[in-house]
Amino acid sequence: MPEPFWRKYIFSQDHKVIGIQYGLTALAFLFFGFCLMMIMRWQLAYPETPVPLIGEFLWENGILLPEVYNSLGAMHGTIMIFLGVVPLAVGAFGNYFVPLQIGTIDMAFPKLNMTSYWSYFVGGVIMVASFFTPEGAARSGWTSYPPLADFEPGQTLWLIGMVFLITSSLLGSINIIVTIVQLRAPGLTWMRLPFFVWTQLVTSFLLVLAFPPLEAAAVLQLMDRVVGTSFFLPSGLVVSGEIISATGGGSPLLWQHLFWFLAHPEVYVLILPAMGIVCEVIANNTRKPIWGYKSLVYAAIFLGFMSFIVWAHHMFMTGMGATMSAFFQTTTMIISIPSVIILTAFFLSLWGGSIRYNTPMLFALAFLPMFGIGGLTGLPLGLAASDISLHDTYYVIGHFHYVVAPGTIFALFAGIYYWFPKMTGRKMNETLGKLHFWPSLIFMNGIFLPMFIQGLAGISRRLWDGGAIYSHAADTLWLNEVMSVSAWLLGLIQFVFIVNFFYSMKKGEKAGRNPWDATTLEWVAPSPPIAHGNFESDIEVHRSAYEYSVPGRKRDFTPQTEPKKSDN
Amino acid sequence: MEIPYTVKERPDTGLNNSKLGIWLFLASEVMLFGGLFSAYVFLRLGAPEGAFHEWGKELNVPLATLNTMVLITSSVTMVMSWASLKMNDFKKYKLYMGLTLLCAVIFLIVKYFEYTAKFDHHLYPSTNTFLAIYFTLTGLHGLHIIGGMIVMTYFWLPAGNKMWHSEPEHFANRIEIAGLYWHFVDLVWIFLFPILYLL
Amino acid sequence: MSGHDNTDIQSHVRTYMMVFGALAILTVLTVGASYLEVTSGESIFIALIIASVKGSLVASYFMHLISERAMIINILLLTIAFFFVLMFLPLMTATDAATIL
Ligand code: HEM
Ligand SMILES: [Cu+2]
Repeated sequence: MPEPFWRKYIFSQDHKVIGIQYGLTALAFLFFGFCLMMIMRWQLAYPETPVPLIGEFLWENGILLPEVYNSLGAMHGTIMIFLGVVPLAVGAFGNYFVPLQIGTIDMAFPKLNMTSYWSYFVGGVIMVASFFTPEGAARSGWTSYPPLADFEPGQTLWLIGMVFLITSSLLGSINIIVTIVQLRAPGLTWMRLPFFVWTQLVTSFLLVLAFPPLEAAAVLQLMDRVVGTSFFLPSGLVVSGEIISATGGGSPLLWQHLFWFLAHPEVYVLILPAMGIVCEVIANNTRKPIWGYKSLVYAAIFLGFMSFIVWAHHMFMTGMGATMSAFFQTTTMIISIPSVIILTAFFLSLWGGSIRYNTPMLFALAFLPMFGIGGLTGLPLGLAASDISLHDTYYVIGHFHYVVAPGTIFALFAGIYYWFPKMTGRKMNETLGKLHFWPSLIFMNGIFLPMFIQGLAGISRRLWDGGAIYSHAADTLWLNEVMSVSAWLLGLIQFVFIVNFFYSMKKGEKAGRNPWDATTLEWVAPSPPIAHGNFESDIEVHRSAYEYSVPGRKRDFTPQTEPKKSDN
Repeated sequence: MEIPYTVKERPDTGLNNSKLGIWLFLASEVMLFGGLFSAYVFLRLGAPEGAFHEWGKELNVPLATLNTMVLITSSVTMVMSWASLKMNDFKKYKLYMGLTLLCAVIFLIVKYFEYTAKFDHHLYPSTNTFLAIYFTLTGLHGLHIIGGMIVMTYFWLPAGNKMWHSEPEHFANRIEIAGLYWHFVDLVWIFLFPILYLL
Repeated sequence: MSGHDNTDIQSHVRTYMMVFGALAILTVLTVGASYLEVTSGESIFIALIIASVKGSLVASYFMHLISERAMIINILLLTIAFFFVLMFLPLMTATDAATIL
């Protein structure tokens, strides 16, 4: 009996269809979040001039209003993180490739999988819909600090949307953990897992254990807003010249603790799957076993563990005492070690390899220095003495964007180019790929490098006027135009990717099963893998994940399914 | 094609999928209530000396003690309903599951009277931070009770009969999973009771 | 939990009944203890101890943790560790701040 359309493509329970649903939705949200930012960048480059094309329809004289700027900023952050990167990295790549890489037919709980996609979808719809309500979208930053967030319009829908997104992530990550633990193919021991699978496992644990406290916090903030409790409102608070009517007695710092208890692990949720993808691409294109596989695995686990005890490095400015500040500075310095180990292992893997510079590899290679810059600029933020002057400046914006934009986003692009043949049966176009890569690399740096300069000069983040009121920073303001133009050009060049994506789906070079001569299990399945089943026959694993160029073998790669006796 | 280990245990982990899944879910629940308990402690220490104790005196200890007993009993009947399945006694399963549901209903009714008594005395979540966290914690706990009741009712109704007759082992597993969730809800209450009513 | 025969389950049932009794007694105890004339620190301590004993009984016997697989136990230990982090680090940060004011 053929499946009806809605079962096959809409309410499907096949992990591949759900993965693609996640992927397309997340890419659309990434683009949307990017567009919000391009509007903001107009106001920053040319303050108080009408926004071209759309301004005249939206605001009087077409000038971006300050409160709308705040909405755009808060929603850019929220959308990029919770609706863009996490769903793409975990929902799409995790969903599609974890079952394939462990040689099984589906996720452990297909119905749950479908539920988690639709919960994500509803959360996204609520977030987008909030723009069209009379109150407008949330405008207290993606961090939603009270007391501000307890009063500002738009926040209630943001909180409700977050509850859906958190639920979705929880269901999804439980599913991924059970799948990895329970459904590995015979012979696929822990130390034979591709590193990508390990990163998905650690990421899922972070989501399962760190997200619930934010859900709790969201419930408390909802209570504050809807039934008038004072969880986050101190006594005697004055708003707009009047003492608030709520009873008070609460603590704004409580929110910060619960929020960052999630939000620090969340940054590792953003980066770990990216590292996993980069590892796959690098091993494949250097034609060498990845350097230090075991240290990669232990580093990822240690990283996940440590990420739960560093969060208050976002709160040095809240007047914590010297003891606790010393504690969090120390843990922050310690957590940088596993990241360095991972990055070093990737760099060493390049040494002596015969590198194939195809598009996925270019993106993966660019990830290394970009993530390096992002990581290293984070160290001064983890030390209270320097953070006191850098906190909440554009330096911070520069730092974490190097991690998430030319870092994670590039890794995700690498993943798309690398796995596109598996998902569609066709390769993406190499020329267009390179035309996408090089300008993207240049413009990314054009946007984010000047942010360090502006931040060091003392320009705060979340400013509608882009720092015009700061006379001490006046001679860095010309950089605003540089950054904005880079941002728009970056946006423009993404059309090369979009064209390539759809063109290659129809007309790309036919790929076959294993176009990159890769070793891991997803390449044993047909391209695209069989609906509801993936492989033609049961999978049995006989070797570790990256046996490339093993001396004495006929081919320069040995798939994991190849029995040992065929060696030499 | 069948997804492996939905019913049988995987030899090297000794678990079936749903068993691992429910425990991960419960782990996340521990952190959810952990966030709220953390808020409770934070607010308690931030309140004036002894204020939480004073505010807490408004609550009805006898009713809450009764409710504690009701939930403990429901945990016992829940585990008995699973044990009955293991002993192949479907009639007894029905009986114990029915009793569990009855306990859950009693719990909610008692809770309803507690809430309305508070409202009648003009005690609302917005009255002070103690009542705020009291209503939030017990409300969320109540939602968990309702969630559990929906699942248990489903397994208690004729749908359960059919599942038991076609796949007895799978059905017993499901009751075990539902039981784990239910005991957890009981366990949360065991901590809520002294924290909110007695201290 | 495969491979149980009837006598096995019957001995389980006896345990369940004993746990039930213990939980009921402890509930009465904790209510009783709340009327003792002790400092608030002491009464918090007593109440939490009793609650923890009751909680462990439910977890060990009703939820069968006493004979559960290592994988589950390890996941729970990890969770408990982070639970305590979540309970105490914010507090320590708050009290540490109070000392400098
Ligand atoms: C690639 C292009 C991107 C550009 C040009 C860009 C640009 C910006 C700018 C200019 C701001 C600062 C707004 C202000 O302080 O007033 C900002 C804030 C932010 N961005 Fe991005 N961004 C990009 C991608 C991303 C990605 C991929 C993520 C996350 C995964 C992200 C997350 C955030 C967050 C969390 C904020 C802070 C929002 C707040 O202040 O609450 N951005 N971005
Ligand atoms: Cu952090």
